[in-house]
Amino acid sequence: MYNILAWLGTSLVPLIIVSLPLYALYKRTPVYDTFIEGAKESFPIILSIIPHLVGMMAAINVFYETGALSFYLGLLKPLLHKLPNAEHLVPILLLRPLTGTGALALLEKLYATFGPDALVSKIASTLQGSSETTFYVFTVYFGAVGIKKSMYALKVALLTDLLIFFVAILVCTWLFG
Amino acid sequence: MLHYIWVGMFVSGFIAALAQGKLDILTQAVFSGAEKAIGIIIGLISVLIFWLGLMKLAEKSGLLQKLTRLLGPLVRWLFPGLAKDHPAQSYILSNLSANLLGLGNAATPLGIKAMQELQKNNPCKDQATPEMCTLLALNNSSITILPTLVVGLRLKYQAQAPTDIVLSTFLVTIIATVIAITLDKFYRVRAV
Repeated sequence: MYNILAWLGTSLVPLIIVSLPLYALYKRTPVYDTFIEGAKESFPIILSIIPHLVGMMAAINVFYETGALSFYLGLLKPLLHKLPNAEHLVPILLLRPLTGTGALALLEKLYATFGPDALVSKIASTLQGSSETTFYVFTVYFGAVGIKKSMYALKVALLTDLLIFFVAILVCTWLFG
Repeated sequence: MLHYIWVGMFVSGFIAALAQGKLDILTQAVFSGAEKAIGIIIGLISVLIFWLGLMKLAEKSGLLQKLTRLLGPLVRWLFPGLAKDHPAQSYILSNLSANLLGLGNAATPLGIKAMQELQKNNPCKDQATPEMCTLLALNNSSITILPTLVVGLRLKYQAQAPTDIVLSTFLVTIIATVIAITLDKFYRVRAV
């Protein structure tokens, strides 16, 4: 089942890449000129994103590379010990919205320590697969069009991330526990 | 909220670096972070150019309009503020489908394009509209059918059934999407 889905997934993009120009040609659109016209529209977007992304990534990197996360989690340790697996899952909850690669590194560490088939590894895998790097999505999407006042968007995204965390624990414990 | 988080990351990094007696790692972290951002931008440029070029073909050939006629009602349920012929609809649809089908790097350019269309009739250019907030909420919690990256990692670590997390991920992302839509609708009503 997975193999069929994976094959479909990888075949879809090449299919789209070939069929879009073909269809446009059939509709007598000046294919190449139109492609270039659309492609040109990307430059103002890129220019608009750069400062947002640099500013955000610098802050995230400070938080990540100075070890701030493990420093503060160390202070919380007595509390985290009381809950099953919290010590291993809470860091992923906090890191996942900030950096995809950072969270992935934590996941690999769990695989190496407990094996990929342990419940805690499965919960962490599900978490990694079901959530996004929220701050990246937020920065790129709103930065691209120069939004400064993001209203309630970030709050909704982060609240969703928090709830996904508990949903993932419940679903995985129910499925694999 | 963003302002506090941004400053908070610098301050907490500073305190952590100070506690370890290695303040210079903060400076290194700032600039390596900035460098990483430029690396990401470079990757994004090529992806954006190519997909926006292709999307122009879909737009000019009338394919996008056909897609909107077919699935427009679904978009207008999620985005009740959109006019029936709003051009953002087709890009929102393509963005959501790309996310759903896991079409790798196509989703971001399509989402940005949708944001741009939404921005065109935004009366207050530096403030997000409710539609923009909904689009962000949906992109942050899209339904995932194939978590290929994680399955790949599980294969590498020789898991007994590397694909067993596909089902849990699928279920969690469905619930996540429902949560995101609900929260978005709740805060939208409260913001008015």
